Amino acid sequence: MIRIEPREAPSRWWTIGIPVVSALSALLLAAIPLAAAGANIFEAYGEMYKGVFGSTFAFTEMLTRATPLIFTGLAATLAFRAKLWNIGAEGQLYLGAMAAVVVGTGMIDAPSFVLIPIILLAGATAGAAGMAGPAYLKTKFGADEVVTTLLLNFIILIFLQMMLEGPLKDPMGMGWPQSEPIVDNAILPQLLPRMRVHSGLIIALVVAAVAHVMMSKSVWGFKLRAVGENAAAALHAGIGVKRTLIGAAVISGALAGLAGVSEVAGLRGYLTTDLSPGFGYTGIVVAMLAGLSPIGVVISAVFIASIFVGADTMSRAIGVSSYLADLVVALSLICVLIGGFVARYRITRTTKGDA
Amino acid sequence: MDILQILLTDSFWAAALRIATPLIFGVLGALICEKSGVLNLGIEGIFVAGAMAGWMAVWLGAGLWGGLLVAAMVGGFFGLIHAMLTVPLGLSQHVSGLGVTMLATSVSYFTYRTALPKVSSPPKIEPFQPLDIPVLSDLPFIGPVLFQQTAMTWLALFMVALVWWVLNRTPLGLAIRAVGDNPDAADAQGLSVYGLRIGAIVAGSALMALGGAFLTMSAFDSFFFGMVNGRGWICIALVIFASWRPGKALLGALLFGAFDAFQVRLQTEVGAFVPSQVFLMAPYVLSIFALVIVARRAEYPRALLQPWFKGQR
Repeated sequence: MIRIEPREAPSRWWTIGIPVVSALSALLLAAIPLAAAGANIFEAYGEMYKGVFGSTFAFTEMLTRATPLIFTGLAATLAFRAKLWNIGAEGQLYLGAMAAVVVGTGMIDAPSFVLIPIILLAGATAGAAGMAGPAYLKTKFGADEVVTTLLLNFIILIFLQMMLEGPLKDPMGMGWPQSEPIVDNAILPQLLPRMRVHSGLIIALVVAAVAHVMMSKSVWGFKLRAVGENAAAALHAGIGVKRTLIGAAVISGALAGLAGVSEVAGLRGYLTTDLSPGFGYTGIVVAMLAGLSPIGVVISAVFIASIFVGADTMSRAIGVSSYLADLVVALSLICVLIGGFVARYRITRTTKGDA
Repeated sequence: MDILQILLTDSFWAAALRIATPLIFGVLGALICEKSGVLNLGIEGIFVAGAMAGWMAVWLGAGLWGGLLVAAMVGGFFGLIHAMLTVPLGLSQHVSGLGVTMLATSVSYFTYRTALPKVSSPPKIEPFQPLDIPVLSDLPFIGPVLFQQTAMTWLALFMVALVWWVLNRTPLGLAIRAVGDNPDAADAQGLSVYGLRIGAIVAGSALMALGGAFLTMSAFDSFFFGMVNGRGWICIALVIFASWRPGKALLGALLFGAFDAFQVRLQTEVGAFVPSQVFLMAPYVLSIFALVIVARRAEYPRALLQPWFKGQR
C-alpha cells in the first residue's frame, strides 16, 4: 500500500529548491514540443539564451518585460495569501492604464514630479476599484470571485474598445482605435539611453520591498495570512475577516492597476487594446513560482520574462512558434504545483492492512 | 421590427439553441466534475483544445465523427492531468485548473502554428450540416428551430438526458454524488473516492472538449485564435446558476443563448444610438448578475474544493 503523510515543517532548502527545479524542469520538458516541431533543440535553447544575455539591449528588454510581471505577480501574491482568488489582474491592469490615459493626456498641466505620482495614484485607484467590486459581491452575496473576476476581464476589455473608439480616441490617430499620447511630463523616465527599460522597474522593486515588509512584519500581514490559512479560526480570534479580504482585494487590484500605468506611461506612451499579452494571467504563474513571497516574485518575474523574450528571439531565428513561451510558462506552473506537494508530503510504503 | 416580433421569429429561437449548444456540453462537463467534488477551471483551455483537435483531425481526413472522438480524447487527456493534480495529490483546484487552461491553450496554439506556419486565411473543413428530416424539418416554426439544427445540437440534448439519468437513476451516479458530498462516508462504503473522482473529471472534460469542437466543426468551419472567448468561464457560472442539476443547466444555457441571440437582433434595431460594445458586454454582465442572485441559495456539493486523502480523517 502507498500512503501519503505530511512532512515535518519543510526546510529552507525546499522553499528555494522547488521553484528552481520546477523552472528548469519546465524548460527541459519544452524540448518535447521543440523536437516535435522539427527544431534543433540545442540551437533553440542557444538562441533563447542569446535573446536574454546576448547583449545589453537584450538584457534590458528582458527587464522591461519583467516590470509589469512584478506588479501582476505581487497582485496575485497578496490576494492568494488570503485565499482570495483574484484572476482579474488582466482587467485591473487595463483599468489602471485607462485611468493613466484619462489623467495623463493633457487634463492636468503640471511638472513631472507632480504629474507622475498623480497618474500612478489614478491607475492604482482604478485597479483597486476593479477588484473591490468582486470582493464586495463575494463578502455580501457569496458570489464566487473566481467567476466574477474572470468575466470582468472580458467586460473591461470590451469597455476599453468602446472607450478607444469613443471618448478616449486619438483624433490624430488616423482612425486607429488608440488613445492620445501621454504628455511628456507624465512619461516614466528611461533608465538607460537608447534602451526601453524605464523607471517603472524601480517603482516595481520598491513596491515589492514594501509588500515584503508589510506581509512579514506588520499586523496586517499577519491578519492576511491568518485569514488565508483558516478563515474560521481567524474570525474566532477576533480578526475582521471581511475587512481583511476587502483590504487584500483593494491592494491587489491597485498593484495590477500600477502594471497598466507602468506599461502605458513607461513603455508604449499611448493605450491600445493589445497593451498586455496576458500579463494579468501570467502574474498568477509568477506568484505561484515565487511561493507567494514578494521578494520571490521579482526573481520569478525575471525568469518568466526571460522565457518570453528568449522565445521571441528563438522564434525569429529558427522559425519555431513563440507560443512555446506560453507552453513553458504553463508547464512551470504545473511543475511548481507538484513540487509544492513533494515539499509538504512524503509518500511512504506501508504493509497491507496498516493503512 | 419591434421587440415582441423578434421573439416570435423562428430564426431567433433557432439561433438561441445554436448558441446554447457549446454551453450545454460545457455546463454538463463542469457539472459532472463538480458533482464528484472537483472544480475544473481547465474548462476554458479544454474548449480551445477540443476546438483545435477536432478541427485538425477532420482537416487531416478523420471524418466528422472521428474528429469528435479525437476532440473528446484530447479533452479527457487534459482532464486526466487536472485529475492527477487535484485528486491523489490534493493540490489547489483553482490553481491546477488555471494551469490546465494555460497548458491546453498553449499546446493547441503551438500545434496549430507549427502545422500551419503561415496562412493568410485559415483553411476550412466541411462542417456538420443542418439536418434535413423529411416532414419534420418542413414543419412551421418547430421545423427550423429544432429539426434544422446540426447533429451536434441533438447530441448535446441527448447528453442532458444521459447525464441526468446517470447521475440520478444509476448506482454510478449515486457513487459520484456520494464522493462529492461526503468522501469519508463513501470510502467507508467501499467506494473508490480516487477512482470515481478521476473518472468523473476525465468524462466531464471530454464533454467540455465537445463544446469546443462544436465551434470549429458546426458553428464555423475553421479554427481562430481566441475563438472560445470566455465561453468556458460562462459555463462555470452557469453550473452555479443551475444548482448542479442537468435540467436546469439546459435551461440556463438556453436562456443565455436566447439572450445572446436577442442582443444581436436588438443591436441591428438600435445600433445607431448605442455603441455595439454595450451589447457585446451584456452576456458577461448577465452571467455575473445571475451568479449574484443565486449564490446564497446555491446547493454546492458539500465536499467541493476539499482535497481528500485515503486513510486520513
